[in-house]
Order: sequence, then C-alpha cells, then structure tokens
Amino acid sequence: MADTILKELTLKIWRQKDAKSKGGFETYKVRDISTGTSFLEMLDILNEQLVSENREPVAFDHDCREGICGTCSLFIDGRAHGPDDDVTTCQLHMRRFKEGATITIEPWRSGAFPVIKDLIVDRHAFEKIQQAGGYVSVNTGGVPDGNTIPIANDKAEEAMDAAACIGCGACVATCKNSSAMLYVAAKVSQFALLPQGKIEAARRAKAMVAKMDELGFGNCTNTGACESECPKSISIEHIARLNREYIKAKLKD
Amino acid sequence: MSVLDAKIPAGPLKDKWANHKAHIHVVSPANKKKLDVIIVGTGLAGGSAAASLAELGYNVTAFCYQDSPRRAHSIAAQGGINAAKNYPNDNDSVFRLFYETVKGGDYRAREANVYRMAEVSGAIIDQCVAQGVPFARDYGGLLDNRSFGGALVSRTFYARGQTGQQLLLGCYSALNRQIQKGKVKVMDRYEVLDVVVVDGKARGVIARDLTTGRIERFGAHAVVLATGGYGNVFFLSTNAMGCNGSAAWHAYKRGAFFGNPCFVQIHPTCIPVHGEQQSKLTLMSESLRNDGRVWVPKKIEDAQKLQAGTLNPNDIPDEDRDFYLERRYPAFGNLVPRDVASRAAKERCDAGFGVNNTGKAVFLDFKYAIQQLGRETIEKRYGNLFQMYEKITAVDPYHNPMMIYPAIHYSMGGLWVDYNLMTTVPGLYAIGECNFSDHGANRLGASALMQGLADGYFILPYTIGDYLAKDIQTPKINTQTPEFEQAEKEVMERLKKLYDIKGTKSPDHFHKHLGHIMWDYIGMAREEKGLEKAIGMIADLKEEFYKELRVTGEFSAMNNELEKASRVADFIELAALMARDALDRKESCGGHFRLESSTEEGEAKRDDEHYKYVSVWEYEGEEKAPKLHKEELVFENVELAQRSYK
Repeated sequence: MADTILKELTLKIWRQKDAKSKGGFETYKVRDISTGTSFLEMLDILNEQLVSENREPVAFDHDCREGICGTCSLFIDGRAHGPDDDVTTCQLHMRRFKEGATITIEPWRSGAFPVIKDLIVDRHAFEKIQQAGGYVSVNTGGVPDGNTIPIANDKAEEAMDAAACIGCGACVATCKNSSAMLYVAAKVSQFALLPQGKIEAARRAKAMVAKMDELGFGNCTNTGACESECPKSISIEHIARLNREYIKAKLKD
Repeated sequence: MSVLDAKIPAGPLKDKWANHKAHIHVVSPANKKKLDVIIVGTGLAGGSAAASLAELGYNVTAFCYQDSPRRAHSIAAQGGINAAKNYPNDNDSVFRLFYETVKGGDYRAREANVYRMAEVSGAIIDQCVAQGVPFARDYGGLLDNRSFGGALVSRTFYARGQTGQQLLLGCYSALNRQIQKGKVKVMDRYEVLDVVVVDGKARGVIARDLTTGRIERFGAHAVVLATGGYGNVFFLSTNAMGCNGSAAWHAYKRGAFFGNPCFVQIHPTCIPVHGEQQSKLTLMSESLRNDGRVWVPKKIEDAQKLQAGTLNPNDIPDEDRDFYLERRYPAFGNLVPRDVASRAAKERCDAGFGVNNTGKAVFLDFKYAIQQLGRETIEKRYGNLFQMYEKITAVDPYHNPMMIYPAIHYSMGGLWVDYNLMTTVPGLYAIGECNFSDHGANRLGASALMQGLADGYFILPYTIGDYLAKDIQTPKINTQTPEFEQAEKEVMERLKKLYDIKGTKSPDHFHKHLGHIMWDYIGMAREEKGLEKAIGMIADLKEEFYKELRVTGEFSAMNNELEKASRVADFIELAALMARDALDRKESCGGHFRLESSTEEGEAKRDDEHYKYVSVWEYEGEEKAPKLHKEELVFENVELAQRSYK
C-alpha cells in the first residue's frame, strides 16, 4: 500500500510540568505527515518543530519502538495505545488517521501511576508487585538439566501466552476500576502452568494479590476491557486462573 | 611485554577455565556482605550479573536509564539463544560451537574466551528453564531447537520470536527476588555519565537522576559496565532509542582501552527505510531465514517495474527469480552468516536489482515454505514477526514476499577486557555487548544472548571474587573525596557546556547528520579515501555541534533534550575513533569490509599476516591522537582459513 501525505493534523496534548504542578491540554498543528510514519515519529516531528520555535518539547516514554519493551504508553483518542488493535503506541502508524483529524493524547490515567511530566507516568507500583513474588526461588547454578523437566507442548504454549506481557500498563489505564488483575494474572498464570512454579504457587498468588491491593489498584469486575486493549492480546482466562490459584491458596490457610 | 595482559590461563583449551577457577581467590560469605558492586545496565548481562552477585551475598546497586530493569534492549532479541546441548543428536559439541563462533567471527576473537562461553552455554539453558522461561517444546515435552546462520547444527533454543524477552524476564525475576531481599537496589531512570577512579582503581560512578536532573555520586568496591552496544552512533539502527555509548566512552577516557571499535554488525533482515522521518529500524529475526527464501528478479526490467510499483512480485515466475544466496553459497544457502548475507544484498541492490521504490530492498519469500509446510506451521513459528511486519508496512507477508534490507544491529567492538572480563582499569569490568571479546569481527545469530548470560551468570561471579578478595579490608567507599568531587564537577561542566550553547539546532539534527556520515563511509563498504573524508566530516560536525546546538527545557529537571545532547556529544567522539580504527585495518574481515581487500568474486579478503590482532585504543587526551596497542591473537586450536560458506 503506497503511503500518502496527511497535510494537516491537530493535536491536543496533555502538558504537565512535573508531578506537583497542575496539567492541561495544549493544541498543536503538524503538517505533511506520511501515512507510513509511526505515531511516535509524528511526535518526534512535533518536537523538532517545538525546538525550532524554542519551546519545550512534549515528554513521552518510548524506547525499543518495536512493541516489546513496554515503555511507551499514551491514551490516544480515548484508547490505550490508540485506535489499532494488538499494537503498542510505537507500532501504531499514521495510516490509521484521516486527513484533518484532531487527535487527543493523554498519559495513562490511574491513581497508582502518577504523572511525572507531560505524558510520562510512574509505574513503580508494577515493580513492587513483581518483587512481592513474581519469581521462582532458584539461585544461579546447581539446577537440573533442562530436559529433566518435561513440559507438555500445550502447557508451554499457554504459559508463553501469559509470559508475553510487556508490563506497559494499558490494562490498568483502560480499566474503569484501575485494576491490575490482568498484569498480576499474567505472571501468576505463567508459573502456575509450569512445574517449576508449582512449589511456590500458593505463596506467590497471595503475596502478589496482597501487594496489588496495598498499592491502590482497584478490583476486577470482569468487564474485559483489559483484554481488548492489551497490545499482546493476553486473555482474561488468566484472571480466572489467578482467581482459582488465589482461592486454592486461601483455602490452605 | 605489551601493556596488554589478557591473562589467558596456560594449559589445554578445554582445561583453561576449570584450572583458572581452581586457582583464583574466593571471598568468604562473611566478607561478601561487606563488599559493594555497582552494575550499569540491566539487560541480560547486567541483570544476570546483578542477581547472581546478590545471591552470593554482595551488595549490588544496578543502574538503568529505563523506568524498569525489564525494559533493557535485550528484551527485543527475537530468534533464540545458542547452546551446545546436542539434544537433536546432530553432532554438536562445545568444540563445534566454539569453532563455528571463531570461524563466524572471521578469526578475530580470542580462543580462550570463546571456548569458555561455549563451555557454559548448556548451563544457561538449564538455569533459564529452572526460572520458568517458557521455551518452545516438542510434543514429547522436551526442549525444541531451530537453526541459525553460520551453523551446521540446530542448537538454538527459543521462545517464539520473543526469546530475548523471555530470558530477560527470567533475569528480571531473579533480580526482583534479590530486590525483595534487600540485596539489590535498582536506580532506574538514572544515567551513568562517568566512572570514578581512585588510586588507580574504579571506585564508583557519577550518575544523573533523569527525573530530577540531579547529579549524584555512588561508590563501590568494583564497577561493572553492562551497557550494551553503540549501534546508535548510526542514528538509524535496530537498537532502542535510548541505547548509548556514554558510560563506556567515559570509561575509555578514564583509562579503559577500547577494542576493535570499527567492528559493527549489519543485520541483513530489517524492514527497509521508508523515508526521512524514520526514527529507527525494525529487525526481522534471522530465524526467518530458516524458511524464507531471499531473492531479487533476474531481469533488470522486472526490478525497474517493481521500483516503479507497476509489477506485483507474485507475478514473477520462479525461473525469473534470482535466489542469489542459494546461487552463490550452495552449502549454507539462505543461512549464511549475517555479514555475508548483508553484503550480498547490497551487491544486488547496487547493481540495480533492488525491489522497492528506493531500490534498497530484497525479497524474503515464504511462499515456498507455506506451500510445503502449510500456513499454520509458519504462523506458529513466526506469527508475531509476521504481525509486526504487517503493522509496520501494511503488507501481508503470508501473501506477499517481505521486503528487507541490512541495518546496523550490534557492536562486536567494545571495551577491551582480559580473561577475567576486567578492563585496563583495575576493578572496572565490562560484560555482554559492552566488551569486545567473543564475537570477533562478526557475531553469529543467537550468540548475543548466550554471551550476555554466560558473562553474567557464570563467569563474572567467579572472576570478580578474585579481585575483591584483595579488597576485603577496604571499608565502604567514601564519596566525599577530591576524586569524586572532581568527577562530579566535570560531568556538571560537560552538561552545562551543552546546555549553554543556545544555538538553533536540536540534538537529533546532529545525530541524523552523524548517522548519514557513518552509513555512507563507515557502513557496509569502507575504503581509505572515504574514511579519511569521514574523519574530516566528523570533526566539522563536532565543531558545528558545539556552536549550533540548542537544548531546550530546564537544566535541573527532567529533560529529554539534554539527555540526547549528552549522548550525541559522546557518539560524535566515538565515531571518530571508529573511523580511525577502520582506517588502520586495511584487511576485510567479518562486518568490516574494505573495498581494497576483496577477492575476485567480491568476497572479503582477510590478511592474517598483518592484521591478526585486536586493535586496542588508549585515550591520550582531548588534543592528542589515541594510541594503538595490538593484542596478537594466537590460534592453537583452529586452523586459520579463508572463510567459505560455498
């Protein structure tokens, strides 16, 4: 498909000096954007323009620009990672937008993710949840040969589906309750499906859920919004497995 | 004796590591608790080292510029990780992996280091499995393997097209366990800008808190750099946007020698450049060459029609397709090493056979594999890569051939290290892509993950003990000393100087300009005149940079422009060293192709008589040329031969 040129776009972007300041929307225009350009490249162009006018560029998080590091965020026209399905913001391309469009760009909105600057939020809460139990307790060295732990192909595949989580936070940003259930479920489910993770399954499920609650994430009310906005299409079936793991663990108490 | 002592243990190759481990010092558990280690970077090398050292009892502080250690660029590695397990019974062995790595690196790597990496490769897989990494499994439940370029056996373990992600998340989980235990402190959104040397030993770093802009001091008994590669010197590369060479570059300026800076890898299968607004290039995994066939049209008029967009590639019959890798290299075919595949693509495109509007692309076609194996199998193997390709290009690779072109991907060069992975500054280590040691002039696919984890899990935790054992009497490093003060002041002045230029052009403007110079003159083909010209152009660019740079925003606050400016300033200096190194090495080897040194068939011609050495550069001051040292490479276990994949 040949690229065309979008002559003019209007951008309404959330600007906020720092965590303490009050933020607000500002409006900008960008011109002559190729539809083959990625969304973040379009923001690069805006920033070049701002620098040339001696104004401060828009701060946004990004790194790998190939949809795997989970750094980029952005709520674009009311959707986490924008109007395309199964992509992160960095993989979103301008062919998804029409000539003359007005595009609204906001940071992730969640009490657990405070804004640091403009479109950048603080996702340390996610780190703390993993630290609470997102691991198998093995030290380096002294482990058995890889092939002494056979794992059925379908279990390994299902574990991989869950392990594909990139930790971007779209699930939380999308959820009306700001729940982190899909994020927690992805890790708990991955390990629950594998023999390596079984030994600590109960402790892990309890510790990660308790940490999630402590950090102010909301409850899951099964709306499924997280699944539909997850750039890696992680299924809410993993939330069901988390619930089973959690109940199993609690019953043992 | 040369100032370089690689400290390669004596004895037969296969016994070196075992003997060395048996003779080096070990720190007692009680003393480990008193020792602090700083690790810069949290990718596979840094993350695995941080977790493993903390498990041993050391107090670790790990730095990353990202907002989480899980986001380091190892996460983007797709295809797999090599290990000499010989599970497929295809006659693999530690020696074969060692041999193929040395050969693939065009005989410019150190035998002892490569052998050790091959030796520990199997343990890496075991470790990752134990952590719960969901590797691909066969139906019987055992681990599956795939093939990669430059190897005659299947030894690559993988987790779909996301192997790097899964291995890094394994590391990250081990790291989280140690954070929870209070043994690792992660300084995320921090950028290390200098190494502090006290009485000749690395004793800390100066870092900028990227959230507040504050410059801070950190002390430790040893410092480990695991900062990855410097491919972003080319502006467009497969590296993440934030990948940079600054910590390594300033370590160089503090006395760590730099090895083979001109050895960078150009990966043959990336999505071609689409236009001037492009910010980075996306890799399509080498694993695709297991099933994809690379071709361009045989007839120039077909190529011209493709370039004009008037011909559908599917309408070109098989007999009019030139499967040039299969034609030129019948033994390895589409699975030749990366440098060979990249040059072959460039050769066809330069001859006018490129297949897109810029003339800089070739086809990677899955039609044949889909006919043979069915769409479902291909989807299972490469589904996420195909999806990524379609999202970026809006072309469906199940029905149309992919278009690919080479792009900068990896730096084989890096800080020079001895067998213990220590640089020429005592107490300063470099691991993973940040060092120069294992890949020679060309890295084989799926070997970066292997090296990063070999260094971090199984090598550094032993060798660093040998150094720290002599340091058990040293109390906590005090950062209120003249050395720390001076280093902090220098960092502050460096940044202030950039901030105060108040010119008219952004850091990106200069970065792009630098990238063009690098790609045109220090890219896939290099020659004396071009390199000399590039050195002049880089000097001019540096001058303009310090006159015309504009850094907007506040100095002491979060400021992405200042971060970029500081990285670009270092890239410009590193670029000059790369050009100088490329000029010195008049032979062709691996990714370094000198037009003056090629065979009649256009293959790279190595010159072992004159260049069988590692170029090791010593910084001699701002106004002086760096000094070249040579580490002669000794090959006792492989016979040097002109590399042939025919």
